[in-house]
Amino acid sequence: MNDLNVAFNTQKPTPNNVQLLESDGALTTLNLGPTHPATHGVFQNIIQMDGEKIVSGETTIGYIHRAFEKLAERRPFYQITPLTDRLNYCSSPINNMGWHMTVEKLLQIEVPKRAQYMRVIMMELARIADHLICNSILGVDTGAYTGFLYVFQQRESIYEIFEEICGTRLTTNMGRVGGMERDMNERAIAKLKKFLNEFPVVLREFESMFNRNRIFIDRTKGVGGISAESALNYGFTGPNLRAAGVDYDVRAMNPYSSYEDFEFEIPIAENGDTFDRFMVRGQEMWQSLRIIEQALAKMPNDGFQASEQHYVLPEKKKVYESMEALIYHFKIIMGEIDAPEGEVYHSVEGGNGELGYYLISDGGRTPYRLHFRRPCFIYYQAYPEMVIGSQLSDAIVTLSSMNVIAGELDA
Amino acid sequence: MISNQEIENNLKQHFGASILSVAEPFGMLTIDITAEAVLPIMEHLFNHPEYRVQFLTDLCAVHYPDNTGSELAVVYHLHSLENNFRLRLKAYTSAQLSVMPSVTPLYKTANWMERETYDFYGIVFSGHPNLKRILNIDEMDYFPLRKEYTLEDPTRRDKVDKMFGR
Repeated sequence: MNDLNVAFNTQKPTPNNVQLLESDGALTTLNLGPTHPATHGVFQNIIQMDGEKIVSGETTIGYIHRAFEKLAERRPFYQITPLTDRLNYCSSPINNMGWHMTVEKLLQIEVPKRAQYMRVIMMELARIADHLICNSILGVDTGAYTGFLYVFQQRESIYEIFEEICGTRLTTNMGRVGGMERDMNERAIAKLKKFLNEFPVVLREFESMFNRNRIFIDRTKGVGGISAESALNYGFTGPNLRAAGVDYDVRAMNPYSSYEDFEFEIPIAENGDTFDRFMVRGQEMWQSLRIIEQALAKMPNDGFQASEQHYVLPEKKKVYESMEALIYHFKIIMGEIDAPEGEVYHSVEGGNGELGYYLISDGGRTPYRLHFRRPCFIYYQAYPEMVIGSQLSDAIVTLSSMNVIAGELDA
Repeated sequence: MISNQEIENNLKQHFGASILSVAEPFGMLTIDITAEAVLPIMEHLFNHPEYRVQFLTDLCAVHYPDNTGSELAVVYHLHSLENNFRLRLKAYTSAQLSVMPSVTPLYKTANWMERETYDFYGIVFSGHPNLKRILNIDEMDYFPLRKEYTLEDPTRRDKVDKMFGR
């Protein structure tokens, strides 16, 4: 048994050892990324550290740049929707709907109320999924794995609803220009109602695990803060801006897709730190639930597609049965129908902030120029400033709470 | 609520010579201005006690190869959060010169946006603190979003516009 007793050093640290632990002025360079578990995506932070303290940081992005803006210039409007899926892939339906609305604005198509309400439901579900991921991953980064695994069951339920609506889960390609691709079926509504019953219970449990948890608060409060003024100058939008105390929300300020019909509040905090961002996202999920409940209760029944034959893809069933539908299907898919000339900017409230589409059409079948205003790309540049002077572990929770999605960052 | 007309009149009064044209596509005030006037106009709108246009929503460029002498346009989307007023400024430069004043002194957020614009269009933003490529590799020797770089393989015949009766 003696060989099991491993000798250990009981001596006090020698002065020599102490010297090693203290700062000697030399900086350590640490590569956080491109593939690092803490970045939750492909981007790199080159951090200069004095001991545990961050002295300077430089970010390198572009590892998954896929040239969406260039690709879009050769694609008919329908083929651009799948590109938008891959921006913020945690909440693809919001990107899809934002794109459809931009094109509808250009074509001046009026979408029926039912389609607008369906879109609102899908967008709010996507927002919940997005915020759930961000908040639960923040839990993982602070050492609480349980919450993450627990709420992912609910994210799964959301994806099952997406599956009923559009057939896919992550990269949804949901909806069409002029409305939705098909009406909500009974299974979708049943699943949605089940989710609305179950989710509040889970969210309440999730909140009771974090919101007043001493360890979590100690790890996040006062970490990675940013002032409202600085956040505005850096172009912050979405939950990150609202955590700093500015109540800017595109849904309320420039309502689209009938958001003006619903009652909801815009949660704000004041310090703009990691804890505030967590709380704002948490509260927004409750507001999203409120919106979904209202939309489901008030759902009108005036069709799920606009009756604009030239631009709206006909229902698949009709394509097989009616000659006219087949003709329009062919013309739209082959890009034979030109869009009018115009210059449109449209924005929606994405999971991370104002997601904008700047579309210039020269009257052809493809955009002349399409630019995505990607909230991640814009606010991520403030990251070095937010973490300088803090410790490495604080930098990691800050990054996590900012919800930087590599797909949206790089386009 | 500030009307487009009001801002237009105010800018014409202060910067009459720098304003090239004014339009309102889809309700958004769009003003074409000269490159030199970009920063003064933005500062004027930023510091104006009533307008307070203090949020730079977006910055990007557009290439118009047929627009000889001013092929490259830089487009600024500005937003006054207090008045909920949006406007768009477009400033032009030629493809040979491709120089534009940087708005980073006014908006920190312009830093990466201008880097992205430089990356794709080769527009040099004078006064930018760190102008280098951001999304593409550093070794790249062309600016891919310019219209002379067609997207697909030019030898492919199956996607030619002629096939669609154009």
